[in-house]
Amino acid sequence: MTTLETTETGIRLTDEQKKRRSQRNWAIGLALGALVALFYAVTIVKLGPGILNRPL
Amino acid sequence: MSLIDRTDIGVSEWAGGNASPADYFALLKPRVMSLVVFTALAGVIMAPGQLHPVLAFVSILCIAVGAGASGALNMWYDADIDRLMTRTATRPIPAGKVTPDEALAFGMALSFGSVLVLGIVAGWFAAAFLAFTIFFYVVVYTMWLKRSTPQNIVIGGAAGAFPPMIGWACVTGGVSVESCLMFALIFIWTPPHFWSLALLKSEDYARAGVPMLPNVAGPDATRAQILAYSLPTVIVGLAPGLIGMAGLVYGVVAALFGLGFLYHAWRVYRVRDGIEARKAAGRMFGFSILYLFTLFAVLVAEHLVLGMMG
Repeated sequence: MTTLETTETGIRLTDEQKKRRSQRNWAIGLALGALVALFYAVTIVKLGPGILNRPL
Repeated sequence: MSLIDRTDIGVSEWAGGNASPADYFALLKPRVMSLVVFTALAGVIMAPGQLHPVLAFVSILCIAVGAGASGALNMWYDADIDRLMTRTATRPIPAGKVTPDEALAFGMALSFGSVLVLGIVAGWFAAAFLAFTIFFYVVVYTMWLKRSTPQNIVIGGAAGAFPPMIGWACVTGGVSVESCLMFALIFIWTPPHFWSLALLKSEDYARAGVPMLPNVAGPDATRAQILAYSLPTVIVGLAPGLIGMAGLVYGVVAALFGLGFLYHAWRVYRVRDGIEARKAAGRMFGFSILYLFTLFAVLVAEHLVLGMMG
């Protein structure tokens, strides 16, 4: 057989790596969600009701 | 089978991607971070003026994350010596859970993120202070001093002493005698605290080629230095009471714990051989942590109680 039968390229992750990646994705997702809540709270505290009361 | 018959010729495996979120958390040196949070909070509480609780929380979080980021960058740079020492061989990089590149990216991202958010939330003076602290710990201490001089932790200790000043700066936007005093207490406390540990771990440091004082000047000279630094530590510990920053309760506690600090330093100096010498160094190390924690806790508690009483 002389033909090249490459069916897959790139990096092949092990099952353990896939599991860890999933865990990290969840952690990053939760961290981003917490940041959204944090920035919302900081914006309200720093600008207060004045956030909607500004010249256009 | 010849190589050309393989169907997975374009496939390779990857050494990275093995870390769990807990491994990344370990990169932040959570125990060091807890002391940073505690002392930074003390700075925020002791500072004159008001900071909204939400902004105070986010500021402390930024300082904690910045400290954690510098811990990650420290582990990235020191991975070669960490794997030689028993105390650090299980850290995520030497353990093979996190690659150095992953730790570098993680540390840099958190460094910039924490400084930027602190700048927006608490002002750019505090943010610049945090950036300088990260720089000092990673570049001045880790990259330069740690491997070149036995005075490494004397100068490098400044990085661990800045958090209460940053906390203070978050509220006031500046520095003052009081915040400098909190800095001075941690700064002068660091050498006797760390050298007690170095006496116990001198074989580790020798194996890694880190010029800690016991390896360079010998254990007896280190014991003398611990005692020599203990006296100014106790005096600086009393200073908040003397300048009116703290009250009588703090003064009494600082005096009693100061006597304890001197006693343990004296024991380290006098008991030089065998298992008793190791015990004395271990007790000095443990008491030094209790000493700093107690002084800051009483400083803050007394301030809050006196504030509530008007």
